Amino acid sequence: MHRTGSRGFYFFLIFFILFALFLYGPMFSIILLSFQGPDGGLTFPMNGFSLHWFGELWKGAGVVDIGSAFRRSLLLGFVVMVLTVVLSVAAGLAFRKNFRGAELLFLTTIASLIVPSIVLSLGVALEFRLLDETIKWFGNWFEIEKIIYDFQTTLGMFTSGMGTQLTWTLPFGLLIMFAVFNRFDKSYEEAAKDLGATQWQTIREVVLPIIAPSIIGIGLFGFTLSYDELARSSQVMGATNTLPLELRGLTTTVTTPIIYALGTITTLFSFAVIGTFFLAFWLLSRSRSKALR
Amino acid sequence: MTKLSRYFEPKFSWLALPFAAVFFIFFVIPLFLTIIVSFWDYNDYSIIPDLIFENYIYIFEGCFQFDADLCMTFKTYLSTLYFCLLTWVLTLLIGFSVAYFLAFYVKTIPVQIALFLICTIPFWTSNVIRMVSWIPLLGRHGLVNDTLIFLGIIDTPVEWFLYSEFSVILALVHLYTLFMIVPIFNSMMRIDKSIIEGAYDAGASEIQILTNIIIPLCKPGIVIGSIFVVTVVMGDFVTIGIMGGQQLASIGKIINTEMNYLQLPGAAANAVILLFITIIIIITMTKFIDIRKEL
Repeated sequence: MHRTGSRGFYFFLIFFILFALFLYGPMFSIILLSFQGPDGGLTFPMNGFSLHWFGELWKGAGVVDIGSAFRRSLLLGFVVMVLTVVLSVAAGLAFRKNFRGAELLFLTTIASLIVPSIVLSLGVALEFRLLDETIKWFGNWFEIEKIIYDFQTTLGMFTSGMGTQLTWTLPFGLLIMFAVFNRFDKSYEEAAKDLGATQWQTIREVVLPIIAPSIIGIGLFGFTLSYDELARSSQVMGATNTLPLELRGLTTTVTTPIIYALGTITTLFSFAVIGTFFLAFWLLSRSRSKALR
Repeated sequence: MTKLSRYFEPKFSWLALPFAAVFFIFFVIPLFLTIIVSFWDYNDYSIIPDLIFENYIYIFEGCFQFDADLCMTFKTYLSTLYFCLLTWVLTLLIGFSVAYFLAFYVKTIPVQIALFLICTIPFWTSNVIRMVSWIPLLGRHGLVNDTLIFLGIIDTPVEWFLYSEFSVILALVHLYTLFMIVPIFNSMMRIDKSIIEGAYDAGASEIQILTNIIIPLCKPGIVIGSIFVVTVVMGDFVTIGIMGGQQLASIGKIINTEMNYLQLPGAAANAVILLFITIIIIITMTKFIDIRKEL
């Protein structure tokens, strides 16, 4: 531990403050600028103060259908969150004991985290394209009319899109589970077993409640990373677009503060989501520490 | 009773099965297909199973005539590596300093957690919006230019603040410094504080403690953070696209463009090369550590 009063302390304190400004400064500048007056532009100074651009956004003036993109992203984020939590917790429990292929699965998970997103996006797009062609060939071969006339593609938000996002959220989930179980006090579990609880009872009534706050953390990663994901899913969403994909498109076409209004709304929404998760985390850890006392 | 139930105890390994299935379907198979398709042929509207090397030959066309200028491919790779290197150095310096402050200067755990969260929260918000938010600051009539003109430091607005290599690197550092902070902070928190107290008592200065104790013990965190940052920049096409005003080249952008024109085998060949280079970088870096021990 370094001494608080030293010269180093002030140097690093100032450094940290500057870093925080660097992180948040730009964000606050667009929040401020989204309240530009009707004649205001993309930069300072503020030309009046109004809700004009939020109104424009609400009317959907010239902007693609942001509302439905938002709803799609919300739904996808929710599904990805649930799957991330369930699959990560299950896998985390499995990883507590060594099993065949555990090492390989762990390395694959890490590899998925660091493989360039565009490569994965391309691979999944190829996979589903080949799947499409196989299905079409199959339909023609057996003369299945439904396939010949109606089949379009297997690429879609809840097939390729969701799977690709899971390869990004699940590694975080598993890493959190590892971190949790590395610090896990096994004596509660032993006690439950000594009292005659079965494995399942132990997990359901002892292990899961203890790790519950961390599960909230996995949920936070699952939802927010899916909701903001862009690079991996860019090629595999099929006919529909998620909010981040629409946003990227808007950066090149929109030249009014309407994009700041949109940025403000999504950012505030993200903050609200993060806040909700933290509240849940806090409530759960409080009840947990009461229970363990 | 207990014995009996122990006998019927479920094996837990199958709990990892759905998890493994996701990675098999959406990670392992796609990577294999990418490698296979990189040897396929294609025309304007379809891809054709084959075993040809044209996709690779095309990429390196003219690259080995050493009297001529650098070919497009090598230029693109060099520029991507240049982005990697600069981003890596900056995120490492900033990330290390921030983690160092959090781990060794902040005394109480609640404050530590609060400051750590300040660093983390932007990670859970939209990357695109975080990039867009530089426009009012760096644009021609942005805050930075206006301030510099007001102070009389420059006469005309600086053009290279936005849609340039500068803004790309700024955005990359802005987005990914967290990838350095987290693993380095984690390494630092595992250092036994009594070692540092001992060094103080033995008369070591802060700088000596930093260079002789903390940096060596943080090596694993530094390596993990570096892998994250380098790989994410190697494959980047979104940040370079938006912050470079769609004017700068990167390998990721080449792949993205080829995909948009449905030149899938060509994109696959580029992806294989990118993957190969990324793997070499990672292997070089992981030579030193066991990631699993670090959690």
